[in-house]
Amino acid sequence: MAKAAIDAGCRFYAGYPITPSSEIAADMSHLLPRVGGVFIQMEDEIASMGAVIGASLAGLKAMTATSGPGFSLKLENIGFACMAEVPCVIVNVMRGGPSTGLPTLPSQGDVMQARWGTHGDHSIIALAPSNLTETYWETVRAFNLAEEYRAPVILLLDEILGHMSERVELPDPSELEIFNRVAPQVPPEAYLPYATSGSHVPPMANFFTGYRYHVTGLTHDLTGFPTEDPEITEALMRRLDAKITDNLNGIIKYEETHLEDADIAIVAYGSVARSARVAVEQAREEGMKVGVFRPVTLWPFPGKQVAHLASHVKGLLVPEMNLGQIVGEVERVAGSTPVVPLNQANGQPIPPSGILTALRYMERK
Amino acid sequence: MSRPTKIENIRRECPLQPCTNFSAEEASCTAAPWDNRRVDYPDYLRNDKMPTQWCSGCGAGLVMKALIRAVNELQWDKNKVAIVSGIGCSGRMSSYLDFNTLHTPHGRTLPFATGLKLAKPDAHVIIVTGDGDALAIGGNHFLHACRRNIDSTLIIINNFIYGLTGGQFSPTTPVGSYAETSPDGSLEPTFDTVNVAIAAGATYVARSAVSNPRHVTEMIKGGLAHSGMSVVEALSNCHINFGRRNVSGKPEELIAWISRQTVSHDIARYMDEEQLKGRVVVGVLHHVETRPEYVANYYEKAAAIRN
Amino acid sequence: MRKPPLSGIDATAFRNKYRFEARLSGEGGQGVVMGGAILAEAAILHEGRFAVQSPTYGSRVRGGPTKVDVIISNKEIVYPRATDIDFFLCLAQMSFDKYGTDLAGDAIVLVDANLVPRVPSNRHLVYRVPFVEIAKGEMGNVVLSNIIALSVMATLTGIVTHDALWRAIEARVPQKYLELNRRAMELGLDLAARLGEKS
Repeated sequence: MAKAAIDAGCRFYAGYPITPSSEIAADMSHLLPRVGGVFIQMEDEIASMGAVIGASLAGLKAMTATSGPGFSLKLENIGFACMAEVPCVIVNVMRGGPSTGLPTLPSQGDVMQARWGTHGDHSIIALAPSNLTETYWETVRAFNLAEEYRAPVILLLDEILGHMSERVELPDPSELEIFNRVAPQVPPEAYLPYATSGSHVPPMANFFTGYRYHVTGLTHDLTGFPTEDPEITEALMRRLDAKITDNLNGIIKYEETHLEDADIAIVAYGSVARSARVAVEQAREEGMKVGVFRPVTLWPFPGKQVAHLASHVKGLLVPEMNLGQIVGEVERVAGSTPVVPLNQANGQPIPPSGILTALRYMERK
Repeated sequence: MSRPTKIENIRRECPLQPCTNFSAEEASCTAAPWDNRRVDYPDYLRNDKMPTQWCSGCGAGLVMKALIRAVNELQWDKNKVAIVSGIGCSGRMSSYLDFNTLHTPHGRTLPFATGLKLAKPDAHVIIVTGDGDALAIGGNHFLHACRRNIDSTLIIINNFIYGLTGGQFSPTTPVGSYAETSPDGSLEPTFDTVNVAIAAGATYVARSAVSNPRHVTEMIKGGLAHSGMSVVEALSNCHINFGRRNVSGKPEELIAWISRQTVSHDIARYMDEEQLKGRVVVGVLHHVETRPEYVANYYEKAAAIRN
Repeated sequence: MRKPPLSGIDATAFRNKYRFEARLSGEGGQGVVMGGAILAEAAILHEGRFAVQSPTYGSRVRGGPTKVDVIISNKEIVYPRATDIDFFLCLAQMSFDKYGTDLAGDAIVLVDANLVPRVPSNRHLVYRVPFVEIAKGEMGNVVLSNIIALSVMATLTGIVTHDALWRAIEARVPQKYLELNRRAMELGLDLAARLGEKS
């Protein structure tokens, strides 16, 4: 992951020690000074998120990594990044919660927190890779999306991915497609920091480049200065939402396995999708027609794709290492197709056998 | 039930001779070169944002002008200067100044400033906060920014109260003072901002008061010129939310009240404990060049690793 | 490196297995998690196979039960945790009690002879070696228990060659400890040979 971040152009990391994400910080503390970047361990989670935003405003691609309790603290400043449109990447290696919970055991309990954790209406991008090679690619994509949409991008890993190692094939970094924030094409005196043309994303001037402008967490107008004007406020809120929701094709990514002839589809993400794939192989040996739909982009949720899937299958199984979070999104779009949740929040991964049992149960019904 | 004696004994005299509490040398700041040179304030201001939203007579404006004079003295390129402010009355300053300005969530100025400075080591980062922003919600960041000794200047406008939210007591509200949330007098002891900063490791620590704007300018200028973490506490007046409840709702009277408590560092040296009771020492109270500055140190070490 | 003959175990059977599952467990500080990483790296980098290692920690830095599951396969590994364990190494009783589940019927169980006194012996092929005592006594460092045990394991199961194991150790261990690790490997080979004689 650290290597992916460096390859994607990340040159700033601020973090605070927390299990199970400390390994990322350790790697970054080694790598960054060696590529001319900056690593800093801040005094707390809030500060590390703040430093990331500061560094990004000054022009560096910046990231932080944490786990549930730290993510809770970072959300204040993540909201700032949403509002002020500051590109940055936040890794959350999910562990059991609430509160200190299960520090060393896996969970998928922060999915809704990633979506709605910071206060106020906002859209957000969250990605959930399910193996280490994909973690590399999604980390690179996270930086690209952050830069392209001027938004915080959250990488949701679970503790299984956070600590495991497996065979990974990495590309030559020089062959990666890297997206950099669009700089303004106008002179400073004509620059309106939050004015858009064509896309919903305004060009971004880095601090100290001659464009002296104002960045605030307050609702602001095109000049960046605070306003309470209802029309301007509404326009800003709509644009912040639209820059994500009008670009679903550019953001949403998913993987389908054995869905062509499936009667039952499993919707699973992260490490649970690994169990689901094994269960599908076994179920198919037993003659069941099942497949897996795996959202890689969790937010925005691929609702259209799941709705389409629901209209073609007899049932949807949604296994999650929580008490039911994404299943709500699936139910929202599934229409009359039955949706069966399979939940486990005890710090243990859901084994393929558990999913297989649920599949057999659905098949009998 | 009686109010604190200090408050009962307000002298309702003309406040405009407060410089008597400063040393001759400091009072002679009038001879400073900027006094003779015209400072082009509009050049440093976002003039379309004027007038400010501060209450008339607010000390924040005096601090802002002092800051402009200090930057003007140093002839810094505006493009290289960032003003980072937080939430509260002090937080508004970033809107008014024509630099790269960043208005952060409550208490978070220093982490954002740390990110800016680390990413652009040649930038000048100035942080403007209030007593609540810097010392309460941002207290932890304050300690650690001082400890790291990152080259930046933190100006704490200490008006002894949470002004913007309607006058709740803050970490610097004097014991016994009345506030919206201390209707029977505040119980809480206060922070000694200067000594906290020194103990935490800041390398330039000064205190001033808006009763002597020239002194504020000098203190800020010293902080800006210093390479390392500079903390300048500027005692200021919130006559609306602190003054009305405790001293006076008139700015000049509250400024006089502040002024009477201040005593110059140079004079304080010759005063004993009894004489210093109830007085606040102003001046450059700590200035060392011995500790390494964090950002330069980081880049030096990183370059050494690469080679 | 030498490969002692062993009766009773067909090492090639493990190598040909579609999915070989090992669980290494012990107390925090015995180097078990590091052992898992070495084993996986030996399989991935030096034998060109697929391997996944997925550790489970307690919240304690030292002394709590820890385990790492290592799965080695000729195909991509999808589910990273062990469910049908072929080889179980255990260096502490509390870890045996906590993690001694999910063993396959023909699993090989290798335990520390002193530290894991209670092993239900009727179900599996159980080997007992006083790893920690040997590491402490002959090498002067408990952490080397993991290397000795890995060496014994490589002999018992043949799942990775000693050569691959050694190359993985070389890549991970600081230069000044290499000789010590080399001795630990040799010691493991001798111990495994003696186990073979007994069985």
